[in-house]
Amino acid sequence: MVEEKEIMEVEAEAEAETPKIGVYVCHCGINIKNTVDIDVVRDYAATLPNVVLSKDYIYVCSDPGQEMIKKDIRDGAINRVIVAACSPRLHEPTFRGTCISEGLNPFFFEMANIREQCSWVSDDKEKNTEKSKDIVRSIVSRVNLLEPLEEPEVDIVPEALVIGGGITGMYSALDMADAGYKVHLVERSPTIGGHMLQFDKIFPSLDCSACILTPRMVDVSKHPNINLMTYAEVEEVGGSIGNFKVKVKKKSRYVHATDWEYGTRCTGCNLCADACRLKNRIPNEFDFGLGKRSAIYLPMPQAVPAIYTVDSEKCLLLTRGKCGKATLESTREAIKKRARGEEVTKDELPPCVAVCDPNCRDFDMEDEIVDLNVGTIVVATGVDIIDPATQPEYKYGVYPNVIHGLEMERLLAPNGPTGGEIIVDGKVPKDIVFIQCVGSRNRQTGYEYCSRVCCMYAIKQAHLIDERLHGANITILYQDIRAFGKGFEEFYDRIKAEGIRFTRGLASEVYRKPGSDRLVVRGEDTMLGEPYEIEADLVVLASGLKPSEGVEKMVRMVKLSQSADRFFLEAHPKLRPVDTAVDGIFVAGGCQGPKDIPDSVAQAKAASSASLIYLTTGKAKLEAKISAINKELCTGCRICEALCPYGALEYDTEKKIMKVSESICKGCGGCGGGCPSGAVSMKHFLDKQIYAQIDALTEGLISTSS
Amino acid sequence: MGEEKEEKEKKEKIKLAFYWGATCGGCDVATLDIKEKILDVVSIADIVLWPVAMDFKYTDVEEMEPDSIDVCLFNGAIQSSEHEEIAEMLREKSKVMIAYGSCACFGGIPGLGNVANREQIFKTVFKDTPSTVNPEFVTPQTEMIDDAGEKLTLPEIWDTVKTLDQTVDVDYYVPGCPPVVDRINDAIGIIAKYAETGELPPKAAVVAFKKALCDECERKKDDAMKIKRIYRPYELTEIDPEKCLLEQGLLCTGSATRGGCGARCIKANMPCRGCYGPTSEIKDQGAAALSAVASILGIEEETEMIEEGIAEEVDELLDQVKDPLGTFYRFGLPNSRLKRVIINPDGGKED
Repeated sequence: MVEEKEIMEVEAEAEAETPKIGVYVCHCGINIKNTVDIDVVRDYAATLPNVVLSKDYIYVCSDPGQEMIKKDIRDGAINRVIVAACSPRLHEPTFRGTCISEGLNPFFFEMANIREQCSWVSDDKEKNTEKSKDIVRSIVSRVNLLEPLEEPEVDIVPEALVIGGGITGMYSALDMADAGYKVHLVERSPTIGGHMLQFDKIFPSLDCSACILTPRMVDVSKHPNINLMTYAEVEEVGGSIGNFKVKVKKKSRYVHATDWEYGTRCTGCNLCADACRLKNRIPNEFDFGLGKRSAIYLPMPQAVPAIYTVDSEKCLLLTRGKCGKATLESTREAIKKRARGEEVTKDELPPCVAVCDPNCRDFDMEDEIVDLNVGTIVVATGVDIIDPATQPEYKYGVYPNVIHGLEMERLLAPNGPTGGEIIVDGKVPKDIVFIQCVGSRNRQTGYEYCSRVCCMYAIKQAHLIDERLHGANITILYQDIRAFGKGFEEFYDRIKAEGIRFTRGLASEVYRKPGSDRLVVRGEDTMLGEPYEIEADLVVLASGLKPSEGVEKMVRMVKLSQSADRFFLEAHPKLRPVDTAVDGIFVAGGCQGPKDIPDSVAQAKAASSASLIYLTTGKAKLEAKISAINKELCTGCRICEALCPYGALEYDTEKKIMKVSESICKGCGGCGGGCPSGAVSMKHFLDKQIYAQIDALTEGLISTSS
Repeated sequence: MGEEKEEKEKKEKIKLAFYWGATCGGCDVATLDIKEKILDVVSIADIVLWPVAMDFKYTDVEEMEPDSIDVCLFNGAIQSSEHEEIAEMLREKSKVMIAYGSCACFGGIPGLGNVANREQIFKTVFKDTPSTVNPEFVTPQTEMIDDAGEKLTLPEIWDTVKTLDQTVDVDYYVPGCPPVVDRINDAIGIIAKYAETGELPPKAAVVAFKKALCDECERKKDDAMKIKRIYRPYELTEIDPEKCLLEQGLLCTGSATRGGCGARCIKANMPCRGCYGPTSEIKDQGAAALSAVASILGIEEETEMIEEGIAEEVDELLDQVKDPLGTFYRFGLPNSRLKRVIINPDGGKED
């Protein structure tokens, strides 16, 4: 026979301390009193199980109202509190505080919402009064079964991680670093600065983008509190608020940035790139391939940090083992010889190393994994441009004189591939057409939202082109001009007056004029209701923005949520715009939704401020109403595991049961609903509490208890 | 001396009753699966009622004093006036009432009768089945006067099948369709201990395990549970004997079912059908199993679903479950929150 203990199981529960419930019915001025008979509800409450006193007051949330409750707790008359008043979203924290101040567990308080759910709904005083009685009865039945809960507190590691080194990430990092906290800033590409570094001038002020950005880039690189990791990616995020464990992969540059054993480092002198055998043969990603670079390169001259990077997929020595006569082996030996002051012949070294005075190259360098331990994380992974080929009718990638907005930006930029000259396919264009909303506001492409910046950047680019190519004919084909920001409408008016043509009606098609390399843009002018065909030397597709691939990666790693548009979902669209569903992780900038520079900076500062609340207080309170696993019932069937949107559930392979991480769980209840054996319970929303409420509400109608 | 000894033994023997309500008789047969151990039972107990095996009359029991039977093992659900009368009588005469088998505990297979009512059941059984020839649609009557002018009566069949504990107070539960030998032996152990010492387990104890069946099941679960589509066993050419059946898309209700059966079906590559009932924390086994399956079915594609089409996509997924009520509530419909389908107003009385 099996051990009796194992097979036996009793469903009876131990007797708890008898609840002494106080019910306080609030008039809420006239809000409740006018349509609910307060006296009836108060007297009815007194008849319910374990209700020892019931009172009414004009505003229970006022100081005297709270004092009335406090006194009753203090006198030992009650040990559970019900306020029948408004929605718990409003005053639950108030009355929890009232309980705490008298040493009563705040989870022994419960709100009975007889305002939003009753007095405001109908004018029928009789029915409202009956409904209020039902609501109070249901809450009393639940309060009789409440259990005390503690809100656990965690310490916050006083360091932060910022993911993404664009304008948003930079500002977020600078603010937290200036406040005195160590900040790790991780950027995927070899330089910080993000898309803003690719721009020429910015709307609507026409400031030089690089001129205002590069000083801040230098600030970031020189800040004693910022640990800048470029050409690096976050590989893993574990842990939870206050104590995130992060693995960052620093990709090998094959160039030493800091002092190493020979005491030398890259000075950013550019001699190596100049000497590279592949000079001007590799398309530069930073310019979308419009410019060419070497296999060892800086993305652009003002890059920060000014450390060269060897492109391991292109470098001859790394891909073929040989560059000229030099091999990897001969290079290694020659570098050592040179460090000892010995002579080396030209053939022993690839040209880039031969000209390198500080001797910074190391072809044996490997990717490095850095472990970080941070209290908070700001995600600022930014945006990418929507591939204009999603609308193939515009022939992007087919004709060289169809380009997208960011390519136009690089052509305009003085640090760009043409030094700011507008030359496309070897020619200076004269007739230029902009097509708006490419990719965006379009169900077919899957990007239904407005990208918010394309109208303004196209208008700005039209202005800059007009300024440089006098006499150019510029047409902007639009569906609506959205000039909603500060100074936008004035800017639009100004550019219109400069003679840029605005035609309402997006193009339906772009094709090449037979026998010429000129393009024809065809569509319908929806103002005139007439078709148009415009000839052009250059078509600029004002492509919209989409979340960068970093968003998907973060979603996989930390289970951040995305909204339908695939940008990060904020905790509340109005009131918590930079918070996420994961405590201690904030989102800012383009990764949360398309944004211009000032909006991105504002969010950067908001996110760093939100993060600083934790960093400065050093503590975070965790949710008490979370899920709990009954070890005696859990069989480790793993049904709940995939249901958790926060990744709070983990399978314990040894004990073969599930574990809840208290600091990650939000108490959403998803696991509890899925658990087929009742092993998962939601604290403060136990099955028995919910059933008691249902039974109380359906009293006399049906019975839910079997 | 010998006589005295015999007398003493006789005195110590407890009185045991077996009874069957709406049942297939399998529980009674299963009791004999314990083989020679039945002799242990006989050595400690006198059987006072066992309709399937021995000839007693109800009047024999009727004449007994209250509490004069020590233990009553009641199998079968309650579906007729006879079942209820006898259950009430045995409750009065027995110190300990045990719901024995899934029908007594949860309603069992007869409990699926709650999807219909008496009229519909009679129509199927006495008229519609191909092998029935009954042009006048003669159905069981509760009384008639025979040719000799004597009134004959039959028990009345009800619309609704009930569990034993919806009828009388039950002390212990021995679930299973039928209960397995090991657990029957446990139950006999309890009875033996009671005979010897008078000690009993806490009221409402269930003679099975606390944890769900997955705890006993040896199949591997290597990842968070997700299923893409549901298969019925015949649809699969091969069932991996090592891997969790649910993970393979077979509707195994083991995770929603109390363990204790030894996972016999599962070892034979058949998914659990839930005969051991829910765990202590679950009030509605079918709802729990359905909720679990609904949670993990198509979960990977969930983010792809768009708001407008979501109802159809969900329907499509759940349409894969053939006979959801019979699958999730196979043994527990009367014990569930659903209890039964709504009775047609013309369909006879509700209990």
